[in-house]
Amino acid sequence: MKKKWLLISSFLLMILSGCDNPLLIFDPKGPQAQTISDTILFSILMMAGILFVVYVLFAFMLVKYRSSKLAADYEPPHEEGSKWLEITWISIPIIIVVILSVVTVRSTVDVENTPKAYANEKPLIVYASSSNWKWHFSYPEEGIETVNYVNIPEDRPIEFKLYSYGPITSFWIPQLAGQKYAMSDMVTTIHLAADTPGSYMGKNSNFSGKDFAHMEFEAQVLTAKQYDEWVQDVKETAPMLTEAEFNHLLEPGILGRKTYRSTHLGFSPAPEGEHAGHQHEKNADMDMGTMHENDSTIHGEHQNN
Amino acid sequence: MKIDHSLPLEYSTEENKLKILGFWVFLGAEIVLFSTLFAVYFTLQNNIGNGPGGSHIFELTPVMIETIVLLSSSFTIGLGIHAMRLGNKKAMMTFFGITLFLGLGFLGVEIMEFFTYVHEGATMQTSAFLSALFTLLGTHGAHVTFGLLWGGAILLQVKKRGLTPETANKSFIFSLYWHFLDVVWIFIFSFVYMKGMM
Amino acid sequence: MKWDEFFVTGEPMIYAAMVSIVLVSIAIPAGLTYFKKWGYLWREWLTTVDHKKIGVMYIIAALLMLFRGGVDALLMRAQTAVPNNGLLDGQHYNEIFTTHGIIMILFMAMPFIIGLMNVVVPLQIGARDVAFPRLNAVSFWLFFFGAMLLNISFVIGGSPDAGWSAYFPLASLEFSPTVGNNYYSLALQIAGIGTLMTGINFLVTILKMRAPGMKLMKMPMFTWSILITSVIIIFAFPVLTVALALMMLDRQFGTQFFAMQNGGMDMLWANLFWVWGHPEVYIVILPAFGIYSEIIATFARKNLYGYKSMVYSMVVISLLSFLVWVHHFYTMGHGVMVNSVFSITTMAISVPTGVKIFNWLFTLRRGKISFTTPMLYALAFIPIFTIGGVTGVMLAMASADYQYHNTMFLVAHFHYVLIPGTVFGVIAGFHYWFPKVFGFKLNERLGKWAFWFIAISFNITFFPLFILGLNGMTRRMYTYSESTGYGPLNMLSMVGAVGLTIGFILLVYNIYWSTRYQPREVTGDPWDARSLEWSTPSPVPEYNFAKTPVVDKLDAFWFAKKEGKSLTEEGDYEPIHMPNNNGQPFIMGVAFFFFGFFMVFSWWLPAIIAGMFILGTMAYRTFEQDHGHYVTVEEIERTENALRGEKK
Repeated sequence: MKKKWLLISSFLLMILSGCDNPLLIFDPKGPQAQTISDTILFSILMMAGILFVVYVLFAFMLVKYRSSKLAADYEPPHEEGSKWLEITWISIPIIIVVILSVVTVRSTVDVENTPKAYANEKPLIVYASSSNWKWHFSYPEEGIETVNYVNIPEDRPIEFKLYSYGPITSFWIPQLAGQKYAMSDMVTTIHLAADTPGSYMGKNSNFSGKDFAHMEFEAQVLTAKQYDEWVQDVKETAPMLTEAEFNHLLEPGILGRKTYRSTHLGFSPAPEGEHAGHQHEKNADMDMGTMHENDSTIHGEHQNN
Repeated sequence: MKIDHSLPLEYSTEENKLKILGFWVFLGAEIVLFSTLFAVYFTLQNNIGNGPGGSHIFELTPVMIETIVLLSSSFTIGLGIHAMRLGNKKAMMTFFGITLFLGLGFLGVEIMEFFTYVHEGATMQTSAFLSALFTLLGTHGAHVTFGLLWGGAILLQVKKRGLTPETANKSFIFSLYWHFLDVVWIFIFSFVYMKGMM
Repeated sequence: MKWDEFFVTGEPMIYAAMVSIVLVSIAIPAGLTYFKKWGYLWREWLTTVDHKKIGVMYIIAALLMLFRGGVDALLMRAQTAVPNNGLLDGQHYNEIFTTHGIIMILFMAMPFIIGLMNVVVPLQIGARDVAFPRLNAVSFWLFFFGAMLLNISFVIGGSPDAGWSAYFPLASLEFSPTVGNNYYSLALQIAGIGTLMTGINFLVTILKMRAPGMKLMKMPMFTWSILITSVIIIFAFPVLTVALALMMLDRQFGTQFFAMQNGGMDMLWANLFWVWGHPEVYIVILPAFGIYSEIIATFARKNLYGYKSMVYSMVVISLLSFLVWVHHFYTMGHGVMVNSVFSITTMAISVPTGVKIFNWLFTLRRGKISFTTPMLYALAFIPIFTIGGVTGVMLAMASADYQYHNTMFLVAHFHYVLIPGTVFGVIAGFHYWFPKVFGFKLNERLGKWAFWFIAISFNITFFPLFILGLNGMTRRMYTYSESTGYGPLNMLSMVGAVGLTIGFILLVYNIYWSTRYQPREVTGDPWDARSLEWSTPSPVPEYNFAKTPVVDKLDAFWFAKKEGKSLTEEGDYEPIHMPNNNGQPFIMGVAFFFFGFFMVFSWWLPAIIAGMFILGTMAYRTFEQDHGHYVTVEEIERTENALRGEKK
């Protein structure tokens, strides 16, 4: 037991001191991940306090009341319980839960909205959609689309709009923000911002079938200037994303990186607004396409309208 | 086996009391089962996809017939249990027979209703709403079907063995089951059909 | 369907499994024939309605499943021990972690607990059997054949591969086209109906069959935990029944409940699954709490501290267990309001749980603690489970969960709850009640060796996973690249898994060794314990109690021992009415197995025939007349004298 306590304290020390190679969760590169990292560290400290109390009591009881240390004729007394002790160990945990509840609600509000420091800026919107087993990123304003990598500018609020062309996936860039599910019949939103340029690991964290383990992407944070240059470059050099090409991309499999100078949002809109819940397929305007019928797109049997 | 003659026949032995309590608990589980099916139905009732909605397919006449038939059967089985308490085997069997006959009638109308829906293109596979509707109604209907088989078996036993603590116990438990199906139907009638037709 | 689609092919491990299944299925009948044990097996076990024998069968099945699920776990740890490992491919790994989850929760933890409650509860309340002995046998055989159905999926048709939670749309026909998830929906359905019946049976048993004088608040804590567990089962399992039925309809009958088009909702499955799934966690943990309460009181030689608050805290936990299911998917985008509410209800569970921890600690205070094997497991539970508990509070915080969700941190957390909670609990209970059932103790020396292997290796296996999770390693990944840096800690975890294996092998070896060499235990009360089950001789006779005990307080047996009194009234034995054995539950279970198997492959005609057969077994039951039998006074005297050595 002592060994375990040592392990825990050294583990805490390791992350608190922020040594050379901190754990991913404790190495945030944006305000949202920072908020969560702080929340987690706070809760670890609280929990360490609880563990300490339990372990001290436990060790005390075991050392003091083991039968080998007691007289052979010692008979333990009959004890019903103690009102005051019980009130103590009900009320203190309640206080702890209340404190943690306040922290939870506040931090959840923080990470579910545009980061405070950027509240007045117009966010960059990126649609991130998953299909087996890759990520598609569409930039509606810029009119460009990428596969399996995403470039974003630093110091600007970003909104990722998430949905899926198949199983539920979970969009996660640990160093920038917590994760959220991408689902086929609704759009969810992640708010984040990045304050340090660099390359960060992003992945699907929700099991989605055979090649789920390979469903990673690179999230690259660029300076505003670099970002603009990259957008310009894509617009000039990348090919168009046609519907046929997009259907091809949706087929199950693993892909490398791809870049296009148009998005799939025109012919295959995200399931939001009137497209939510997939109820408007066949009777919707035909120019909206029937792209949401995942069974036809997955098998690549889409009929052109 | 000890028989306590101060109690009605169905409660007269220790085993009988346990069985009745056990069946009440089972009905508790059945309530959870149907509540879950109702919850699924309410969640999906507007998810009609490209299929018809409730107001398109529900018709009052068959539903009213089903309701009246099933409610009457609940009444007749009550009379049957009353007759059983009075020790009138013949009356008890008659009322049980009527109950089962009404149950059969209910089932017949419900099957016709299902055929009409399917004929109109509203199948279980059409939309989430229809899947939930058919599953809820179908589960109730399957319970009625099972009840007919079960009730028939009990009726045969009463005929052969007379009103013993055992057969009385079985008949009483069966009546609880039948009343329960009636209660479920009242919920289906109010919250599926009436609400759907409005 | 072609034969090569029917049997799973192409993997050496699967061929090995096939060979071993064939060998075992030849060896068992051959052995039974050779030793002329067919009749014995049929008369004494397959047709039994005796709660003790049914309990023993549950526990044997659970131990078998522990090793099946354990092999899965070892393979998973072996595959991820080094980066880019090629031991298993993605598909095989997915099947293995799916079956590991299903088997460990539903076919190991559940039957182990149900087995112990079968053996112990009627004895603790001074009853001669459960309320519905025949139904009890039906429950067991439904569980058993449900478990068998899931297990044959490994070689016939393919195992489920969408995770034990089988989220849609992944588990739909489109993304999981093999019959694996058909096995899931049908095997769990069959076993689940059995469990529901067990819940009803034990609720009625505990409410109605207690010894005279045993008020609810004078019941042993284990019986209390089973009473509450039974209520949770009755409220939770019908939800699973519905969820699995809808899954079957979607996969095999083309309905649209969880479909991606025509109005289907994939989140509906997640909600239904966890409305059952979270209470399920408490179904396996509360009985363990009950076991620990018995063991700690016995080996501290002291009554349970704060008995009333222990009962109330279990009641509160059971209520809250139905109000927290959303914490399994905070990341589904419900918004701040919903997530906050469920965060708070989840954290609130830690309050009654904390009450229990402190009550156990204060039971030890002023006690006289002896470190027997069951007590070691109970004591190790406290510090290890507390880690599981506090990490649970951390996970309950919605914002933080956005970083823990789907990571190894979560995996570490629930293993820290379920292993020291449930697994240590059932092993402790197994050692504790073993002499009651078999009449001799398990060897203490071997038992302690196994304990230290298991307790230490457990921490080596699972503590590193906390760190891996905080470093961004997600669960269910069959492989990872070297650059992630996850290798060394995964290797450490593998070392721990090997240690755990050694511990469990020692545990089983102990059963073998003790059966051959341990001396018989003649007192019926080897631990100097407190509750009624120890007042009857070991092994317990068919009728449990020659005379029904009369109690007036909690731990009445303990006080009777001290005061040298008897718990039974003076007078002669009376004939005892007992139920008869019957083969109908077993045959019904077999019929359910075939029904499930045919349904899995959508072979409708055979399935309908099997279904009719099931109805036939029910009809047989309703028409049969079976009034049980009486154990005569002479027989009781003979048995009691033989077991107690002399006439009392």
